Amino acid sequence: MSLHAALRGNAQILLERSENSLDALFGGADNPLRHLGALGLYFLWILVATGLYLYTVLDTSVEGVYTSIGYLSREQWYLGGILRSLHRYASDAFVLVMMLHLAREWAYGRYHGFRLYSWVTGVPLIWLVYISGIGGYWIVWDRLAQFSAIATTELLDWLPFFTEPTARNFLAPDSVNDRLFTVLVFIHIGVPLMLILGLWAHVNRISRVDYLPSRRVMLATLASFLALALIKPALSDAPANLALAPAELRLDWFFLFIHPLTDVTSPAAVWALLFGATILLFALPFLPHLKAQPIAVVDAANCNGCSRCHADCPYEAVTMAVHPGKRGHKIAIVDPDLCAGCGICAGSCPSSTPFRSQEKLVTGIDMPQQPVDVMRRQLETQLARLGTQPSGTTKLVVFGCDKGADVRGLAAADTAAISLLCTGMLPPSFVEYALRGGADGIVVTGCRDGGCDFRLGMQWTQERLAHQREPHLRSLVPQDRLRLVYASRSESRQLAAAIDEFRTQLETQTAISNRPPAYSRRTPHHG
Amino acid sequence: MAKPAAIVGQIILYGAFAAFLGYFATSPTYKQIPDDVALIKLSMSHLGGRECRKRSPEELAKLPPNMRAPLECPRGRSDIKLVLELDGKPMFETVMHPTGLSKDGVSTVYKRFEVKAGTYQLSVKMNDNLINPGFNFVKEAQVTLKPAQVLVVDFNPDKGGLFFQ
Ligand code: HEM
Ligand code: SF4
Ligand code: SF4
Repeated sequence: MSLHAALRGNAQILLERSENSLDALFGGADNPLRHLGALGLYFLWILVATGLYLYTVLDTSVEGVYTSIGYLSREQWYLGGILRSLHRYASDAFVLVMMLHLAREWAYGRYHGFRLYSWVTGVPLIWLVYISGIGGYWIVWDRLAQFSAIATTELLDWLPFFTEPTARNFLAPDSVNDRLFTVLVFIHIGVPLMLILGLWAHVNRISRVDYLPSRRVMLATLASFLALALIKPALSDAPANLALAPAELRLDWFFLFIHPLTDVTSPAAVWALLFGATILLFALPFLPHLKAQPIAVVDAANCNGCSRCHADCPYEAVTMAVHPGKRGHKIAIVDPDLCAGCGICAGSCPSSTPFRSQEKLVTGIDMPQQPVDVMRRQLETQLARLGTQPSGTTKLVVFGCDKGADVRGLAAADTAAISLLCTGMLPPSFVEYALRGGADGIVVTGCRDGGCDFRLGMQWTQERLAHQREPHLRSLVPQDRLRLVYASRSESRQLAAAIDEFRTQLETQTAISNRPPAYSRRTPHHG
Repeated sequence: MAKPAAIVGQIILYGAFAAFLGYFATSPTYKQIPDDVALIKLSMSHLGGRECRKRSPEELAKLPPNMRAPLECPRGRSDIKLVLELDGKPMFETVMHPTGLSKDGVSTVYKRFEVKAGTYQLSVKMNDNLINPGFNFVKEAQVTLKPAQVLVVDFNPDKGGLFFQ
């Protein structure tokens, strides 16, 4: 195992544990660690909104910038001052969640294959964030701004790009003029616009983007910023004076750590680090990885153009076109570049029902590596095996996912376990089929809320089983014979415990509903 | 719906989030230079002289009459030699090269020095056309540097050549 793989594996375990323990407090939908990208977008909107206000009151002359910003914090602390603090703390938090988001996607190995696009479009965003953030500090034109401007230009001058040292722009008090601030404001607005454009591209290939965190998370983070704004408002340092070197500085380490880093190392080391890290991030998806999953395949004869797969695909890989064979119908088309190979579409297709009588079950959209026909045969074999158990045994069928808590290890005399590419691949009719084929209870398990490797698998599964989404579980299936268990990769024990509990419940509760009427598909070898 | 323990836990965690942001937004403080230190910034941007050569009468005779300029001046500019001395001891010495592919651009320097605050004899000498020996610009003065003061050593023909600011 390479060093990178070992590091990544440990980071993944650490993150999974943190996420799972935060789930206990927050629940998946409100767990900030599971919605870092959405938090980033939300913070960005706070930045845009507060930034617009700051812009309207900013006077961009050399003397004016400092006093007009200082005015907000002193005289207008209740409005301008608070908005200024929100602007500052939201930007710091933005850096924090961006870095965590990057670390998380990396740790979970979500940077290659069909995610290469999201990853590669993410990397340049970091530069844009830092350019606008550092530039923002200059606009205040206090001692900190002076320090950062000089340190940044000295760093830039190490690169062989400029004929005149850019640090000469900050040599003496008469070196700066009003034009500088007009340019700075232009950059500080223009670069975030590029960032927004970049983010649009970043999520462009994803459907149902997690655009905003839950209302609770939004309120709680906003309240945190407001509390900070009141307890520790963002204030300016003394006004800039280029004739004096700034003394002790209250540094924003989220953005300005780069300056002390340059001082303790060297400009060469810092550039090597920045360019090196950027190149490394870009190169990461191109390192050798496991072969990509085979992609979904559409069978024209079995596609009736219902568009469910189009609606459920988490990666906008399915589009609908005119059906070549059925007049007035549409047909699903899979874009091989976008398809993640998750199988969620197979779970959504009305043709995926095991009750069909064909000997070989062919559905509208299917996964070559685990076709629904194989799933049905697997299930039938397992049901036949469970059927040989002495009567009175509580027979369970567990459907799980290769990415979540392992279910294969749960297979036992009274338990059948079937692992899918993603739990979202399970057509709800398979649940009914298993119950009517002799199982006493069905467990469907997959990753926790917000933890699905394919983003939407468990969400769709939950909604389909709860009759909220097509194709839904038929209502003749009693809900008390079905258990949905959320368990991440590291929670096999919790899953086993939940299954035991379910079994005990089935065995001890008298009020349990009857199984739906038995059904057995007529197959040639049954005569 | 949420249990009280979960609500308390959430408040603690959001508090920790705010505390983390609030702390690293300004702390720990950073001091680039010690208290008793002043800075001398040597920076200039100057076009070096041209290294012209007098044409001999024979050379001039060979040229068409309308091109018989007495001096032959290459496009490139001379390197610039610069010496900075503090209390008579050399502190920095450099030869600045002209920028541009044809070496016809300005020569620049930007250097920052940290010195203990105090009174010094500061001198800077410059030769902007190395075809000539010695230094054609010299500036020397006694300077008193207060802690944190930034003294700029620059060159501007409009300000009489080399100057301290
Ligand atoms: C600038 C701040 C950023 C914001 C606001 C942001 C936001 C988002 C959002 C909202 C999503 C969609 C999440 C979902 O709906 O499941 C996403 C996905 C993603 N982001 Fe970012 N992102 C940022 C930076 C980055 C960076 C720097 C990287 C890594 C270099 C990155 C890598 C990814 C990847 C790989 C995905 C795809 C996840 C998947 O397909 O499951 N992002 N991002
Ligand atoms: S396998 Fe997944 S990504 Fe591919 S088309 Fe089906 S739902 Fe979309
Ligand atoms: S879900 Fe099935 S039937 Fe509907 S459009 Fe997709 S492939 Fe065709």
